[in-house]
This record gives sequence, C-alpha cells and structure tokens, in this order.
Amino acid sequence: MKAPVEYLLHLADNAVVLGQRDAEWCGHGPILEEDLALANVSLDLIGQARLLYQLAATRMGGDATEDRLAYFRGDTEFRNYTLLELPNHGALVGYAAADRDYATTIVRNFLYGALMVLLWEALEKSADADLAAIAAKSLKEARYHLHHAADWVVRFGDGTDESHARAQAALDHLFPYTEEFWTPSAAEDAAVASGAAVDLRTLRAAWDALVADTLAEATLVRPQVRGYVPEGKHGRHSEHLGYLLGEMQGLARAHPGATW
Amino acid sequence: MSSTVDKAWATLEQLTDPEIPVVTLRELGILRDVRETAEGIEVVITPTYSGCPAMGQIEDDVRASLERAGIAARVVTRLAPAWTTDWMSDEAKEKLREYGIAPPHHTPKDVSVVKFVRRAAPAEPVACPLCGSTHTVVTSQFGSTACKALYKCLHCQEPFDYFKPY
Repeated sequence: MKAPVEYLLHLADNAVVLGQRDAEWCGHGPILEEDLALANVSLDLIGQARLLYQLAATRMGGDATEDRLAYFRGDTEFRNYTLLELPNHGALVGYAAADRDYATTIVRNFLYGALMVLLWEALEKSADADLAAIAAKSLKEARYHLHHAADWVVRFGDGTDESHARAQAALDHLFPYTEEFWTPSAAEDAAVASGAAVDLRTLRAAWDALVADTLAEATLVRPQVRGYVPEGKHGRHSEHLGYLLGEMQGLARAHPGATW
Repeated sequence: MSSTVDKAWATLEQLTDPEIPVVTLRELGILRDVRETAEGIEVVITPTYSGCPAMGQIEDDVRASLERAGIAARVVTRLAPAWTTDWMSDEAKEKLREYGIAPPHHTPKDVSVVKFVRRAAPAEPVACPLCGSTHTVVTSQFGSTACKALYKCLHCQEPFDYFKPY
C-alpha cells in the first residue's frame, strides 16, 4: 500500500525546514567542529527531503518535481511541525534581530531526533516499499544526529551555570511544541490506515524514555506541558515559517528554472 | 552481449570515490550491479548518505567513463537495500587505513535505539591509522564529510578521520 502524498510531504517538509534552520549555522558555528557537524546534519536532512519529494513528485505526476515542491509552495501549504520552523533563539517576533543560541538548536535537534529514530525504525517495516527504503537509509543518519544532539544536551545541562541555564531555557521554550507529535493529522491517519505508517502514539512511551534518560544525565528538568497543541502539520504555522521560506525559496523564485 | 557486461565492469573498476581516491566505487559498495536488460546495459548504483554531495559527481563519472569506452548504458539509482559500510571488503578497509582513514567497524546488530543513545555504553575502540594505538578519543561525531567522524590519537597526538559504521 502506498503512503498518501500528503504524508510524504509532511515528512519531507519536516526534513527540509529543519535542514534550513540547522544550515543557518554554516560559517557561524560556535566552534569549527560544530560548524561542520551542523552542516553535515543539514546535508543529511536535505538529502532525506529530496528522496521524499522525489517520491511524492513521481506519485503526483503532472508537472510536479522535487524543486517545485520545495521552492514553489507557500507557507500554508507546508506540513512541517511548528517546532522545526522556530528560529535558533528564544521567543521573539519573526523580524527580530537576535544572536543565534546554540542550546536552542541542540535541544530542538534532540527532541526531534529522538522522535525520528523511533519513527524511521518503525517505517522500515512500512507496507509502502519505497517509503521503507527511504526509512532504512534515514534511520542510520538519524541515529548519528540524535547521538550528536544528546551528547551536547548533556554537556550543556551538566556543564557551567550559564550553559545549564540556557539549555533549560531552550527546553522550557521548545518542549510544549512536541505536543504536536502526538495528535494525528488526517494525513497521518490515512497513512496508518493504509499500513504505510504507524500511529505515533504507540511510540510515545519509548520517546519519553529516550528523552528522560538524557535529561536525567544532563540534570535538566522536563517542563510541564498543558493545553496548547501546535498545528504546523495542518498548514497553520507560526509567523517564522514565512521568513524561513522567504530566504530558502528566494533564489529559486527570482530565477525560475535556473541551472548552473 | 555478456562481454559488454564484462567490459563495463572492467571500465567502471577504474573509478574511485571522488573524496577517497584509494578505493573504487565497487569496493565501497556504491557500484551494485551491471546487467543486461531488454533495453540494454543497466548500471546500478546506490547512494551512501542521503545528502552526500559526491553522489552527483559519482553518477557523472560513471556516465562519462562508459561513454568514453563506447558502452551505451543506463545508470539507475537504487535505494534498497540501504548502503552499508559492511559491504566494504577487508581489502578496501586496509586501503583506507593506509590512506590515513580509520576503517569502519562492523555495524552493530540488533541495537535498540535506546541502547544506542546511552552515553555510558562502552564504545568499541577505534585504532589510530597512523600508529595503531587504541588510546583514541572522539573530537567530533562529524568530520570532513558526512561519512566520517573526527578522532584524535592520545598516543601519537595526531588527529585522524574515522569512517563511521553506517
């Protein structure tokens, strides 16, 4: 059974949006090794997004291509988690100028990475053979991403007073957005019904355990979350996605079809 | 016709990885198959990391070298089974070591995700490709390319790349 295109776009948009955010550190990493690390994580994510967009484009037919899907859809057409479009700093309006905060980047990669190792592992057994093939590749990469992020969460959390405070602040800011993982969209329900995907709620206990393990070692406290559930995967985004796409899509839209 | 397949194999055997010129695409497990189909010769390659920027170059190299040899062939990319460093021959691993890159260990079997992530879990030591010491430490999980990690030898003090198990 084939996964619905909407579901493939959800996975692809997640990867491309986080890939774009992580890539903002390219040339600005706090240390050279981390500059390289984040660029490598971005490469993997954008590579995963390409495989998913290519698959979606093939199934959509017509004039759909991976580039059209990535560069010529507007913000309300994107189906990524709201968590992934937030800037690399604390809560500020979209046009605010602020220094990038590495703790925010790392905590986000950790929370999302913990989800993706579990999801890709489950999707390896997808009834959709093409999606299963992409999952098998992506899982290997996601493991390194999580390993990298978890390592830094511990260093920050169990580090200096300053790094601990920043990591805890990032966690407090970002954690509520993970509620979106556990509230299925129509596209996810359809993917589950077709046998192409798994209900994420069945992975929640494992995710909680993964996160708890690292937070304990990092001496960080999991914040209480109540009420708010973001709806990025339904196309209802924060103001930040528009700015992100403005930068990501600008070149392709200014010079459609350009090659070099 | 099978002689064309042999000729294609022989031609492609000359091709090395753009970033690691001591190992061939076949030795790395990127070149999967050369076969005859109803439409002619088909060369099957598989990507390493999803975002590896060398893949485009590799595909171009394959096409160009077949063209130079006068072999008409299609190049197809196959995702499954996913590429793994376990496909590297011992010979290829030895070439990596001689080149200064610590070759990958075998990928761990049946690792549960939770176990993989635990920092306390003892890691298999990586031997320095220069002096052979296993008294080494990770500097960064990500090195000069997506497929490598950066290590430092505490014995000879040299930094080196480790080809990560994938």
